Amino acid sequence: MNISRRHFLGVAGGMISSAAAGNCKKVFAARQPKAPPNPYGCVVDLTACVGCRTCEQACNRVNHLPPPKERLDDRTVLDQKRRPSTGAFTVINSYYSGRLDEQNQLVPTYVKVQCMHCQDPACASACITGALSKKDNGAVHYDKSKCVGCRYCLVACPFQIPAYEYFDPLTPRVRKCTFCYERISMGGKPGCAAACPMEAITFGNRQILLEGTRRKITANPVRYLNKIYGESEVGGTSWMYISKDPFEKLGFLSLPHYPMPHLTETIQHSIFAYMWAPITLFAILTGAMWKINPEQINHAPGFQAQEDHI
Amino acid sequence: MSSHAHPKPAPLEIRFWTPGVLVLFAVMLIGVCFIIARYIGGLAVVTNLDNQHPWGLWIGIDVATGVALAAGGFTTAAIAHVFGRHQYEAVTRPALLTATLGYTFVAIGLAIDVGRSWAMPKPLLFWQGNSVLFEVAMCVVVYLHVLYIEFITIAVERFRGRVNLPGPFSILNDRIERLLALADSILGKTMWVFIIAGVVLSCMHQSGLGSLMLIAPTKLHPLWYTPILPLLFLTSAIAAGYPMVVFETTVATASFKRVDEMEVLAPLTGVTKYLLGIYITLKIGDMIFRETYVYLFDGSIESRSFIVEMLAMIVPWFMLMSPRLRAKRHTLFVACTTVVLGIALNRCNVFLIGFNPPYAVKSYFPSISEIAITASLLCSITFFYRLAVTYLPVLSAPSLASIEKESS
Repeated sequence: MNISRRHFLGVAGGMISSAAAGNCKKVFAARQPKAPPNPYGCVVDLTACVGCRTCEQACNRVNHLPPPKERLDDRTVLDQKRRPSTGAFTVINSYYSGRLDEQNQLVPTYVKVQCMHCQDPACASACITGALSKKDNGAVHYDKSKCVGCRYCLVACPFQIPAYEYFDPLTPRVRKCTFCYERISMGGKPGCAAACPMEAITFGNRQILLEGTRRKITANPVRYLNKIYGESEVGGTSWMYISKDPFEKLGFLSLPHYPMPHLTETIQHSIFAYMWAPITLFAILTGAMWKINPEQINHAPGFQAQEDHI
Repeated sequence: MSSHAHPKPAPLEIRFWTPGVLVLFAVMLIGVCFIIARYIGGLAVVTNLDNQHPWGLWIGIDVATGVALAAGGFTTAAIAHVFGRHQYEAVTRPALLTATLGYTFVAIGLAIDVGRSWAMPKPLLFWQGNSVLFEVAMCVVVYLHVLYIEFITIAVERFRGRVNLPGPFSILNDRIERLLALADSILGKTMWVFIIAGVVLSCMHQSGLGSLMLIAPTKLHPLWYTPILPLLFLTSAIAAGYPMVVFETTVATASFKRVDEMEVLAPLTGVTKYLLGIYITLKIGDMIFRETYVYLFDGSIESRSFIVEMLAMIVPWFMLMSPRLRAKRHTLFVACTTVVLGIALNRCNVFLIGFNPPYAVKSYFPSISEIAITASLLCSITFFYRLAVTYLPVLSAPSLASIEKESS
């Protein structure tokens, strides 16, 4: 009897503790990266881009934005290091990596900037209402009907892409490249990729694109650095780049290779899984009040009882 | 604690409009003009915010600092009501008032800051559990209600048995009395739930505010970016609670010519030396562990701001260690005010000074109108504090005049 009871207790205890441990593992497990399984992607070949800005023009057209302020034949804007804005979801800047051509002239490299459509985006994790979300086709999509205008997405974005309509008093929107969500949903290409005369932007299934790009780099080791920017940066992005020059000389940031929401979501979900932390704290404080200051719970109208105790 | 019972809180019954209050009111009105401009021309007209610096002075001061300094509300409720230290009851009401006003103006400040003010309730419909901001917003919304529920008891005490509406409204007198009696009996039985819920909610969103910036590891300066930032925000808010109570009580008793309440304040800050010690230990330990001391003396704005912030914690900590300095009203006030300013600087460091987006071409500095609106909100808090203590039983310190009469 005694032995069997001990045995039972042992087994029960073991079960309880292993269940608790399992739950704890679930609660305290580091966040797993999220990404749609089969998204589209784009690869920009920086060795092919000539800085004609046809993509800027096409982007403004398909997104119903006013045409680019600067005329297409004005090459000086390329040196301005512009950022995407409410009136231009993509811009091209030129960089000089120090490489010289046969006439000893500095060779410019043109870099197209737009939303990278992160696989596991910080903006979507940060967004207070889920107005920003990662779609299965790869687009990081903005739904203005949910937006509050807190601009936490602008704080969170590691590429500093979203732009805000600060001049609008009541209905400002967050503006950024849409990955031409409607067009690619209907089987089309993004406006910029369709318009590029140099075919510098390759659009397709991200996984297949990656494999093809790796083959391309292996086949042309002189033309390309052995690096695909965006393959693993911030957990991977839908837009990726290949280049001859080191990326850090072309205005690209050195970013962590884990998804940006990793730490915040790990902390949040560890504390708020099953609301265990708030409930525990509530229970401890109730216990403390019960033990130390019971009249607060038993009779007292909270604030009036005080006089008796002084 | 002196031998005689601490007097009950009572309305001050002073003249409300004084020259100082008129000045406060003028600053409030100026702010209102700028708020109107914001709703005509958009944020671009009144702020220096841009796409690289989406959060400015309003988030740093009105929201982050406002929430941290409202911590006096839950820390005094915890010590007096949960841990039963009834000698501190005298400061719970003014601290509750400050917290209620503080959070109300956090909400107003946020409403001005967000682009679509009318869309503020949307997070209640569209839940996004991954977002730290969602958690903070939910806690603040619920806590604001808890604060008002706690505050109802003060209004009930003031008006119960005294409802006397003029003229045709007098038929409502009886009904309002019954409503007040009902509120009194329900709140009397359930107040403990709200008191504890207030402490829990505060712990959740104080730490949540610290998690906000953890999503931007490449933008926040390493002196502040640490995985324990939520813990630092929580411990610093708890440590700032009592110094803030000392600050506001000293200012209030001095300006209303009341007894200075030192017999309550001096022992209260005896707890602060431990709380502040925990925070400073965590902060320095974190700096050593992550080896961020390499940035300490590089002469940048960030390093200097960090040093000032740390000194504003460490110096008053040493001052509070000395019972002699704590017992003196002036030195206690100086120490506590320094802590309050240090916390404010810490929040500004995390949200503004330490925030360096790599592509930013210029740094952020608040515009005149941003400063004017912030000043207006701070003056509004002071204005409504005076209004509340004038007509509601909040302060319990006897007036100096009555004490003199008694002794003569």
